[in-house]
Amino acid sequence: MSLELLTYLVVGLSFALYIGIAFAAKAASTGEFYVAGKHVHPVANGMATAADWMSAASFISMAGLIAFLGYDGSVYLMGWTGGYVLLALLLAPYLRKFGKFTVPEFIGERYYSRAARVVAVVCLIVISFTYVGGQMRGVGIVFARFLNLDIGWGLLVGMGVVFFYAVLGGMKGITYTQVAQYCVLIFAYTVPAVFISLQVTGVALPQLAFGSEVREGGYLLAKLDQIVTDLGFNAYTSGARDKLDVFFITLALMVGTAGLPHVIVRFFTVPKVRDARASAGWALLFIAILYTTAPAVGALARLNLTTTIQPGPVGAPDGNLAYAERPEWFRTWEETGLLRFDDKNGDGRIQYYNDANPEFSETAQGYGWQGNELEVDRDIIVLANPEIAGLPDWVIALIAAGGIAAALSTAAGLLLVISAAVSHDLLKGVWWPSISERWELMAGRLCAVVAIILAGLLGYRPPGFVAEVVALAFGLAAASLFPAILLGIFSVRVTKQAAIAGMVTGLLFTLAYIEIFKGIVGEPLLANVPENWLFGISPEGIGAVGMALNFAVAGIVSAFTAPPPERVQALVHRIRQPR
Amino acid sequence: MAKPTYWQANLRLVALCLGIWFLASFGCGVLLVDVLNRVTIGGFQLGFWFAQQGSMVVFLALIAFYVWRMGKIDRAHGVDEADDADEQSAEPKP
Repeated sequence: MSLELLTYLVVGLSFALYIGIAFAAKAASTGEFYVAGKHVHPVANGMATAADWMSAASFISMAGLIAFLGYDGSVYLMGWTGGYVLLALLLAPYLRKFGKFTVPEFIGERYYSRAARVVAVVCLIVISFTYVGGQMRGVGIVFARFLNLDIGWGLLVGMGVVFFYAVLGGMKGITYTQVAQYCVLIFAYTVPAVFISLQVTGVALPQLAFGSEVREGGYLLAKLDQIVTDLGFNAYTSGARDKLDVFFITLALMVGTAGLPHVIVRFFTVPKVRDARASAGWALLFIAILYTTAPAVGALARLNLTTTIQPGPVGAPDGNLAYAERPEWFRTWEETGLLRFDDKNGDGRIQYYNDANPEFSETAQGYGWQGNELEVDRDIIVLANPEIAGLPDWVIALIAAGGIAAALSTAAGLLLVISAAVSHDLLKGVWWPSISERWELMAGRLCAVVAIILAGLLGYRPPGFVAEVVALAFGLAAASLFPAILLGIFSVRVTKQAAIAGMVTGLLFTLAYIEIFKGIVGEPLLANVPENWLFGISPEGIGAVGMALNFAVAGIVSAFTAPPPERVQALVHRIRQPR
Repeated sequence: MAKPTYWQANLRLVALCLGIWFLASFGCGVLLVDVLNRVTIGGFQLGFWFAQQGSMVVFLALIAFYVWRMGKIDRAHGVDEADDADEQSAEPKP
């Protein structure tokens, strides 16, 4: 069977599974549509949260990012897992005790204010739409690369599948499809990783292979440091980024993770407060299976790639791979444009080195090298992994299904919080409180349809800012929603004026900073270089400063405004206890 | 010293856990990484290991510890949920 046919088969089977689940788990009430009737087992919720959380970026891009960043890539590993500690300890159990449907609903009741609720809805929609555009793009790209389908058609198919289970099943349908999607994606991710670990080090577990000796002798990481520094790159195990910046990026990603509405809302679906705590632990376990594998995959792939291109000593005339003798996978990925070779010195061999390093560039000129000749897209690390390792076709087909599962599960979770924010918080909460449950459910489904179509368009014609989702979505979540929720639980004194002022300050400050350096609308105002940054903090890390500002403003304003009414103070005390 | 209230006991546990959380990630993985990298265990420099593997292991252990301790604190203060409490907290009573 040809690879393309096999891929169609595997992806088609996974889609049939998701649609089957959608029919089995149709939502009959708003409770089922928004929070799956609060009957989800904590382990199942952990798996669903993991799939919800791990997006196309985690599955396709992260290992490659780490492979080329080395130690500096750690910000993603620590940042995207450490947030679960904050969720488990500071947010999840209390929000579950609150026992309603959405994040803005909590903010509206705790801060006794419709205005606060609307501000929270605005934050939620900005965060979720930026994020969902990237997911739909991911779906389209996987279709285009593995199935030779036009991105537009790929998007349509993806939208159709999400439509089925998100619109019919709501949170109930999404939850059980996410469980299935987690199984697909984790299997697809770990199988090639184990094979490659075995090939390079003889140790099956990637997490251990990472610290083991390679077959030719010498520890993997030591060898990697050696060969990359020989080519003028930074040592793999030490970073180039400023320590303060690493600190702030990690903090912004952690707090942002804990403040993302589509993650928080997953903890509304379990039966009890103690289930919400445990469920955060299960979610982190399922996430960590992929997240501890990714850095191993990154290191192994960087070693494989570098030694393939530079099999002999650096500087020796025959030390580099001859272009005519390039392996099969090299040809395949050249066709997709993810690998590009440009024979600058015309010697028919591939030179891959760091020509941005002035010292090494001089040495390289002595070898007759005239600049780096190979451009490698970082996404290739995961996508081409099975081919580089010479794994059978079904593993390659599995990678396609896994990438699509990762993107669809995240997209569905995001679409649901968007539609719930509109139908529950705006429609029922603000505009039309007397709406019947039947009509609200209908409105929820309609909003999901509109959100899917918008997301599809966003994926088809992404505005420039989709590429900046990380900085934007996490920064905004950290600077706006997280502090408001945290203060709402841990302080009885914070007032509605304080919460609104805090959220608006955090949101505007973070938006403005990212706009200045990244240019969400129009051109950036200042060059995105460390010399221009505030205290040397990059736009990726600025959400942590926005969070601090939010806390400070909320504290000051609370001191000058009348304390919250009795019933709100009673609410805070009530959510602090499981019973 | 008086016995801490439920909320005080909770805050103490949270403070302890967040201290460890900070130490494992920002401490060992970022601020002290150069010092720890002088120590190698197997093929890992310790600081690098904390940044790319160890911090996540510590996070997992922390949540497990917190869940276990909170269960004990809940029971000691008589605020633990009954086993058939599926619906009990769905509609909070004022």
